[in-house]
Amino acid sequence: MSAPVLEISNLRKSFGDEVVLQNISFSVPVHTATVFIGASGSGKSTLLRCINLLDSVDDGVIKIDGEDITDPTIKSDQVRRKLGMVFQAFNLFPHMTVRKNITLAPIQVHGLSKDEANARADELLNRFGLMEKADQYPDRLSGGQQQRVAIIRSIALRPRLLLLDEITSALDPVLVNEVLSTVRDLKNDGMTMVLATHEMGFAKQVADEVCYLEAGQIVERGSAQQMIETPQDQRTIDFLKRVHEAGRL
Amino acid sequence: MSSTEQGAVSDDGDRASAFSNTWEPSALEISRRKVRKKQNQRNTLIAIFSTVVVLGTLITLLVTSPGFKSLTDTFFAWAYGVEVLPKIILGFSTNVLLTIIASTCVAIFGMIIALTRTSRSPALLPFRILATAYVDIFRGIPMLLVILLVGFGIPALRISGLTNNVLILGTAAVVITYSAYVAEVLRSGILTVHPSQRAAARSLGLSHFQTLRFVVLPQALRRVTPPLLNDLVSLIKDTGLVSILGVTDAIRAAQIASSRSFNYTPYVMAAIIFLLITIPLTRFTDRTIRRSIEKQNAQGLA
Repeated sequence: MSAPVLEISNLRKSFGDEVVLQNISFSVPVHTATVFIGASGSGKSTLLRCINLLDSVDDGVIKIDGEDITDPTIKSDQVRRKLGMVFQAFNLFPHMTVRKNITLAPIQVHGLSKDEANARADELLNRFGLMEKADQYPDRLSGGQQQRVAIIRSIALRPRLLLLDEITSALDPVLVNEVLSTVRDLKNDGMTMVLATHEMGFAKQVADEVCYLEAGQIVERGSAQQMIETPQDQRTIDFLKRVHEAGRL
Repeated sequence: MSSTEQGAVSDDGDRASAFSNTWEPSALEISRRKVRKKQNQRNTLIAIFSTVVVLGTLITLLVTSPGFKSLTDTFFAWAYGVEVLPKIILGFSTNVLLTIIASTCVAIFGMIIALTRTSRSPALLPFRILATAYVDIFRGIPMLLVILLVGFGIPALRISGLTNNVLILGTAAVVITYSAYVAEVLRSGILTVHPSQRAAARSLGLSHFQTLRFVVLPQALRRVTPPLLNDLVSLIKDTGLVSILGVTDAIRAAQIASSRSFNYTPYVMAAIIFLLITIPLTRFTDRTIRRSIEKQNAQGLA
């Protein structure tokens, strides 16, 4: 078996006196998806931001393809080139068309020519049914379309690892499905992913491993089936019960 | 829950298709339109009547007042005004030239100062301190003082190689003051771009500089265009202040003409020339502001 794409050991992160993450250890083999579930404030987003070097860590090691990215001398831009990240609030660039949003980083960061980048963008837009929106500005798109563009924008860089941070939380239930089916397609293509989500049904479909995070610690982990249908830890059981009552399962 | 959602959607679809069929206004709507039209006609009549009465009264009072003859002789001697007009226009070309040169320099210096103040690099700390001090000082001094200090003070230093040309020194004084104003406008624009935009750009692998150039600045500049246009209008007017150094601009030309004849029509002519430039520019600014507000509102709805 090949080395994992992402390997985290004993990660700790605090903001001032508040410990947000501790004793976090897990690894993500290539072509698999690891899903983090947990209440808001449990540390899911912070974990993803640490992996992307948007936040610094207090202790522990994060390795991507065997390379320690918590090394303070590492070039953060180089690391981020291997990672794609999609945010809860889309964060598309409002002053650029959909196509420009997608081609900016391939042209500026990867040095693709404008034609190559456009061809890559159009291929992806075609595939995910957004071709007719290519020349529109983000504010003319629905939330679901904006989030799908944000996903395309991050995979246009052909990342080794895709980080998805509660990407459906800002969408109404009708729009959630189109975004989730896009993610399912990527999973079937073999994209390696780490997700934070509130969608348990979706977690069950794409996750190879599910981790339940509470108060900054991994309380329980296991296969999607086992975690969602037969959780062992009382805290996981309570959380899933609350999610169930909220109608999200 | 999901079934009711779907029900609502298909219901909406039916209604939309019902609307897309040919629609004739109902009798009720037709009668409402008639009433609205009548109301509009009445409002127009009232507006015209009120305007004619108010303005007519004011003009009548002005024209029939005992001082009106001497007022027109002193300020509105058009024949004399036309006679001195070429000189004032020639002077105004100095104001235009000064505006073009100064606004270009201000854009460059203002941007450098704003970028320095918003940078976070530890190496730039001394420059951040200097930039902050610069802005504090030159935003706090009346521009006339800066013009006097630079225009008369620098030649007094008698440093060889430094110019004594009052036009250049006057322009420099304007640039010094306006760079401080414009830097603050630009800085506020940079700060209004949400941090999540920066995070998105950085997570795509863009460097700090690329993020600034492709993501932050384009959005910041769009937002501060209206206040920058306001500053441009002020700049055009304030170029007149360099006349105190003896630069023959529109104001100085008017002053010379009027001191010869003890008639103030040249000043009025100069004022009219300034208005011919500033009023269209102000209208254009208002339109730009309105558009950017409309665009923001549209985004809010989407």
